[in-house]
Amino acid sequence: MDFLNEISNELTKSKELPEFKSGDQVTVYYTIKEGKKERTQFFKGVVLQRKGSGNTETFTIRKVSNGVGVERIFPMNSPIIEKIVVEREGRVRRSRIFYMRQRFGKKARIKEKRRTNS
Amino acid sequence: MAGIIGKKIGMTSIFDDQGKNIPCTVIEAGPCVVTQIKTEDVDGYSSVQIGFGDKKDKKCLKSEKGHLNKSKSSPKKKYVEFPLFKVKKTNTEGEDNFEELKLGDLIKVNDVFSEGQFVDIAGTSKGKGFQGVVKRHGFAGVGDATHGQHNRMRAPGSIGAASYPARVFKGMRMAGRMGGERVTLQNLKVLKVMEEKNVLIIKGAIPGPRNSYVEISN
Repeated sequence: MDFLNEISNELTKSKELPEFKSGDQVTVYYTIKEGKKERTQFFKGVVLQRKGSGNTETFTIRKVSNGVGVERIFPMNSPIIEKIVVEREGRVRRSRIFYMRQRFGKKARIKEKRRTNS
Repeated sequence: MAGIIGKKIGMTSIFDDQGKNIPCTVIEAGPCVVTQIKTEDVDGYSSVQIGFGDKKDKKCLKSEKGHLNKSKSSPKKKYVEFPLFKVKKTNTEGEDNFEELKLGDLIKVNDVFSEGQFVDIAGTSKGKGFQGVVKRHGFAGVGDATHGQHNRMRAPGSIGAASYPARVFKGMRMAGRMGGERVTLQNLKVLKVMEEKNVLIIKGAIPGPRNSYVEISN
């Protein structure tokens, strides 16, 4: 397994991304190709989970768009990701917050993490 | 034809130029030693036997040691014969020519394979144990759980007629041991050849569990 990790780390360039975990609200800026043109889009939502490890790690983001829940899975080392901005750190008790899928409106709020200034 | 013996390390994924996530298998391939050269005159056909993977001296049988004495090779775990073996070597002037192999020659991945090439891989598939006909032969099973069906949702159904022929034909597909047999996959793309690590990256999956030996040929 160590040898496999060594090889796969060599195959993908790991990116400098900010630390975030489930419950956080993040914005992912990524490039999309339209024919020959490239442009940047963003996807803003709550991180539901981080899955896997090493260079095959992925994360799932959920947002509610026009009353419809939309989820998108990004590979951590995907070359299409330009940057990730952590908008808000959420306080959740679980590492995978799939219960958010059943919640709408006021119930779907996540408390912000209190920062101790020290 | 040329080939090499490898060990399956495991699967991972890489991103291509378009940013697509491609599943791939990592194989530790070679270096292999030429342990025997069979010729038309002596053996009736021509082929090359190569060995891969060191093993302990005490695990090596006397007859095997005698065989290896000719090529001055250390004991190997796996020996495979490839017919009509040719290795492309690029000489100092940058020309490609096919070299004749000698006993004891080392064969490395980059001697045999290059990126973008299509190869065949043979290995022993994972043992699945005793399996029913749905998994083993792709039978559809009984489609319904209701309408009078009871505990026969994965049953094979009829295996033939009654008083004539009064027997079951040979080769009737039934439940039994599955897996653990030799499987060859053709036309797998070589994504990368890592020369200094003796590693081959193949697109997609290959037969067998991790740490099993596979034969790679073109």
